[in-house]
Amino acid sequence: MRPDDLKFQKSHEWCRVEGETATIGISDYAVSHLNDLVFLDLPAVGATVTIGESFGEIESVKAVSSLYSPVTGEVIESNEELGDNLEWLSEEPFGKAWMVKVKISAAGPDLMDVAAYDSHCKAEG
Amino acid sequence: MLKALVRAPTHPRLPAKMLTTALESAHLSLGARMVPFAGWSMPVQYRGILDEAKTVREHAGLFDLGHMGRVKVYGPQAEAFLNRLQTNDAAAIKPGRIRYALLLDDDGLTQDDILLYRNPADSSDANGFFVVINAGNAKRDLERMNAIAKDFDVTVEDCTQSLGMIAIQGPKSQDITQQICSGDLASLGYYAWMNTEVCGVPMTLSRTGYTGEDGFEAYVPSGHEPKVWDAFLKAGEAHGLTAIGLGARDTLRHEAGMPLYGHEINETTNPLEANLSWAVKMNHDFVGKEALERVTAAGGTGRKLVGLITHSKRCPREGYPIASNGKTIGAVCSGSISPTLSKSGTPTNIATAYVETEFAAIGTELQFVVRDKAEPCIVTALPFYKRAR
Repeated sequence: MRPDDLKFQKSHEWCRVEGETATIGISDYAVSHLNDLVFLDLPAVGATVTIGESFGEIESVKAVSSLYSPVTGEVIESNEELGDNLEWLSEEPFGKAWMVKVKISAAGPDLMDVAAYDSHCKAEG
Repeated sequence: MLKALVRAPTHPRLPAKMLTTALESAHLSLGARMVPFAGWSMPVQYRGILDEAKTVREHAGLFDLGHMGRVKVYGPQAEAFLNRLQTNDAAAIKPGRIRYALLLDDDGLTQDDILLYRNPADSSDANGFFVVINAGNAKRDLERMNAIAKDFDVTVEDCTQSLGMIAIQGPKSQDITQQICSGDLASLGYYAWMNTEVCGVPMTLSRTGYTGEDGFEAYVPSGHEPKVWDAFLKAGEAHGLTAIGLGARDTLRHEAGMPLYGHEINETTNPLEANLSWAVKMNHDFVGKEALERVTAAGGTGRKLVGLITHSKRCPREGYPIASNGKTIGAVCSGSISPTLSKSGTPTNIATAYVETEFAAIGTELQFVVRDKAEPCIVTALPFYKRAR
């Protein structure tokens, strides 16, 4: 069960908006399809992220994938421990495996709620 | 993220034209993740690439290679036809032996890499040949074969649909296969093949592969693939044999220094710069020969395929620039974590790249560029991994 207070992108990032702050991570679906994760590159505090643009990279044995931001704003926290504990992504993708917290200046227009995202994952197989 | 997945819907929504092998349902029942590959629905992984790669290096793995193109070539001028078609010397291949070869265009650039088999002496057509081609190039290769065949008394027969292809790779391959194979495998040399029976089904079996391990590739008459697949899995159960996807296969071949068409070799590379001169015999008149002579006379192309190794946290990936002191001098063809070399505890990433010749010497210190950051790597001898024999 995915938490119902999250919004999702088609590209499998999730976002929890609390006031002006968005917490961003990637879904259990993304983690299970990437598996064998080896490296994570996240932006530093103070960096600017932009809707639809890459804010970091996650690397598995086979491929490196860009992480796409669902919001525009400034990074106010980056989960620095996650890179050394990539197993957290399998254990708690919506919990301690959050990636960045962003002070939102503009939100994305077309994020899915959990029901729509569940169907999206099913359709992708 | 997940670009590849977004581009490539998995099984239930495969485009109608997607080809499936006879083992499709076997893969699904094993929990494989199916992806489109060169027009085929193929298993990219069952459990995970690291786990599967380890299984092949330590025990044995079973591969469905039904997507690869398989072509019989026979008739009075089969040998002459093949010597026009490809770079190796078909006349020098003894009955029951196999050679690696290339198909070139008139400019000496690579159209495909192939395995060329001369039929075993006890075959009904002992003068015939068999050719295994890449799935992604099969259509183009067959068009080219048919065009060249017009000048020869030869028949080119596409057997991709009438023969399945199953490979077993890994140190336990012979022990496992001998349990279900009537022929004496100990007497079958590397790059040789024979007529035999596997679980009672007559077929040909070669000691070949694409992983750097010992192993066999079986050419299974259509309809018998599931039976043969299951027989292998059952015979191998006690030896740790499991099914292996194309993802691990790519990692294994990369560690073993074997080129993959579309990466180390393609329509812009020639065999000389790709270190494949050993597969080119200049004693016959093949397509592309004159172009290669011109390249040799001109002193080469100025670049060379090299192996790179790095202990950086980042992994060099296809297309990343290779630099020396800030100047770009090449680009990555294939890059991967090396599960086998990382075993010692030091994470080890490997890559192949074309670099300017002056930077190609073993031990040269270079950099690969990932998101504008230069990471160190060092030119190293290929293959990265060689099994103990």
